[in-house]
Amino acid sequence: MYFKPRASEKLANPTLQRALANFKERFVGARTEAVAQVPNFEELREAAKAIRNRALANLDLLLEEFERNATARGARVHWAEDAEAAARIICEIARTHGVKKVVKSKSMVSEECNVNDALEAQGVQVVETDLGEYILQLAKEPPSHIIAPVVHKSRDEISDLFAEKHGTPRKTEIAALCREARDVLRPHFLSADMGISGANFIVAETGTTLIVTNEGNGRMVTTLPRVHVAITGIEKVVPTLEDVALLLRVLTRSATGQPISNYVSFTTGVKGAGDLDGAEHFHIVLVDGGRSKLLGSDLWEALRCIRCGACMNHCPVYQTVGGHAYGWVYPGPIGSIVTPAYVGIENALDLPNASTLCNQCGVVCPVKIPLPDLQRKLREQQVDRGLRPWTERAALRLWAWVAQRPGLYALGTGIAVRMLSAMGGKERLLHSLPGASGWTGGRDLPAPAGRTFRELYRKRAVRQ
Amino acid sequence: MKVGLLVTCLVDMMRPRIGFAALKLLEAAGCEVVVPETQTCCGQPGYNSGDRRAAQALALKLVREFAGCDYVVAPSGSCAGMVRAHYPELFHEFPEHLAEVQRLASRTYELTDFLVNVAKLKEVPGKFSGTITYHDSCAGLRELGVQGQPRGLLARIPGLKLTEMKEAQSCCGFGGTFSIKYGDLSAAIADKKCNHIQASGADAVVLGDLGCMMNIEGRLRRRGDGKTRVLHVAEVLAGMTDESRE
Repeated sequence: MYFKPRASEKLANPTLQRALANFKERFVGARTEAVAQVPNFEELREAAKAIRNRALANLDLLLEEFERNATARGARVHWAEDAEAAARIICEIARTHGVKKVVKSKSMVSEECNVNDALEAQGVQVVETDLGEYILQLAKEPPSHIIAPVVHKSRDEISDLFAEKHGTPRKTEIAALCREARDVLRPHFLSADMGISGANFIVAETGTTLIVTNEGNGRMVTTLPRVHVAITGIEKVVPTLEDVALLLRVLTRSATGQPISNYVSFTTGVKGAGDLDGAEHFHIVLVDGGRSKLLGSDLWEALRCIRCGACMNHCPVYQTVGGHAYGWVYPGPIGSIVTPAYVGIENALDLPNASTLCNQCGVVCPVKIPLPDLQRKLREQQVDRGLRPWTERAALRLWAWVAQRPGLYALGTGIAVRMLSAMGGKERLLHSLPGASGWTGGRDLPAPAGRTFRELYRKRAVRQ
Repeated sequence: MKVGLLVTCLVDMMRPRIGFAALKLLEAAGCEVVVPETQTCCGQPGYNSGDRRAAQALALKLVREFAGCDYVVAPSGSCAGMVRAHYPELFHEFPEHLAEVQRLASRTYELTDFLVNVAKLKEVPGKFSGTITYHDSCAGLRELGVQGQPRGLLARIPGLKLTEMKEAQSCCGFGGTFSIKYGDLSAAIADKKCNHIQASGADAVVLGDLGCMMNIEGRLRRRGDGKTRVLHVAEVLAGMTDESRE
């Protein structure tokens, strides 16, 4: 994963830059408004954090309780230790039920586990039905945001894509594009043998899985086909429905600025004797994939995440390079924590460092994850494991060594400011500086005054 | 009250005038100011780059240097935030130093916060005629709650008009070593800040942190804007904005 070159490429892409500017305006504005309408939003954040902490503290017990209750209502719970196991389990379910076609609603955990590829490899047709995910499936691209997956694309690009892939006249109206997608997708809902959904939460006391959606596709995916598979991470469990009610209040406001999403679909067990709809077979695949290891570590707070996306919406880095630059499933500040945690710290060295630590993410996170603190912890782990470039280590060590010796420090800084001042010339600006091209590539360096405060202060003291 | 001025390494090197401005303001507020001569760096570069041990050594040095002061005041939200918000966490594994560190942390303030809430500065000595816009630096704003303090003080300067830019609270892209490691990304974020500053029509952008200051000024100048002034809030409040008097 190479964040740096990808980020540079994204900076040079004007279509993406325009899309990101629009996106930021819309999502940041919507959240600000929605939060202002709740008088005690800060208390809600505190309560949401407490619920998630309680769930994580009792994770093993709650998962067992969930399995008991889901099983009692006819669902079957599968435990997947890693991504490969999850894909294998889902392929096996498809084989057992003789599945030829799958319709999917949005699920980031399924991205994590490459479920689509695995199913397609055994000849199953997979159709994404979330509009954004459907567009990306046509374009053969991964999502660039966890709730607004296609945010990196312009409407023009989507018009071209639909005309090309659907073989229809090019449309530019959003409503017409949506209608076209709906016309294409409707027959798939009716003919699919299996629906795959994610789960925003799973509820221990009832064995319920639930999804939060805006398009209604999720409800069709979970009720129309005879087999329903819900896949999610083990950390998504919460004790009670009451807890869900509170979490929903912070989730949708933080995500899209809605007081509630258009749909919140609760699925509890299989279709009962008198029920008109619902799946006959309900499989729930709970994925560990590094989560239980995270639980015992000093990054555990990242597991509180309820995947609202507010951290990325408000992140100056995400707003400038978009989600694809991050290189794996989860972008933005939360991605900079869970990516190294799940794929290996040495495989994502840039991510925790590519942050200004501005803490805009931390102050909007609905479950108060201290994201910059966690990024800093990962930076410490990189240093401890010798994963930083030696030049950087040497520079920092030298700085710290000199800064512990005030006499030497005064001498060194005195010389440095004189040199820099001289280099600044009449303009009082440095346009380039050997060894600091990272800075001077895009900025000048204002020249220092030429004497340190320490020198001037001593002189003044002598005069007095 | 005896106030230790934490000059900060960037002010010491890059713009000593800010240190003298802070000194003048603290004295105007009736404080007895001491400037520990051996002070160097608060340890933030190491702390934010994962070198915890280096940060601990420098932090302990700072704690001892300022031990005799009633308060520690820095003309920087990020250095004051380092001491106040992060030192206690940094000494987590050294309980023998914790009490000492916590005592100092709780008495450490960003300059404008201190002038308003502790020293209760009456007369603002500064003079400035023109329009300014204020950039909230991240650490000052989100670690220390510095927002109304500088604006309130600036509003008391006759002839100064404050106009708010769009997204005053968003990061300028500095981020310490981030600005060098990810230079083009950092400059691209700075660009957005510069757009808002220029769109505000202000004669000067005023702020409270040297890092943001160098970043914003560096980007403005590179874009060819030699006109918009970039001033530290202490310089404006102390009436020390005149380049020729350095």
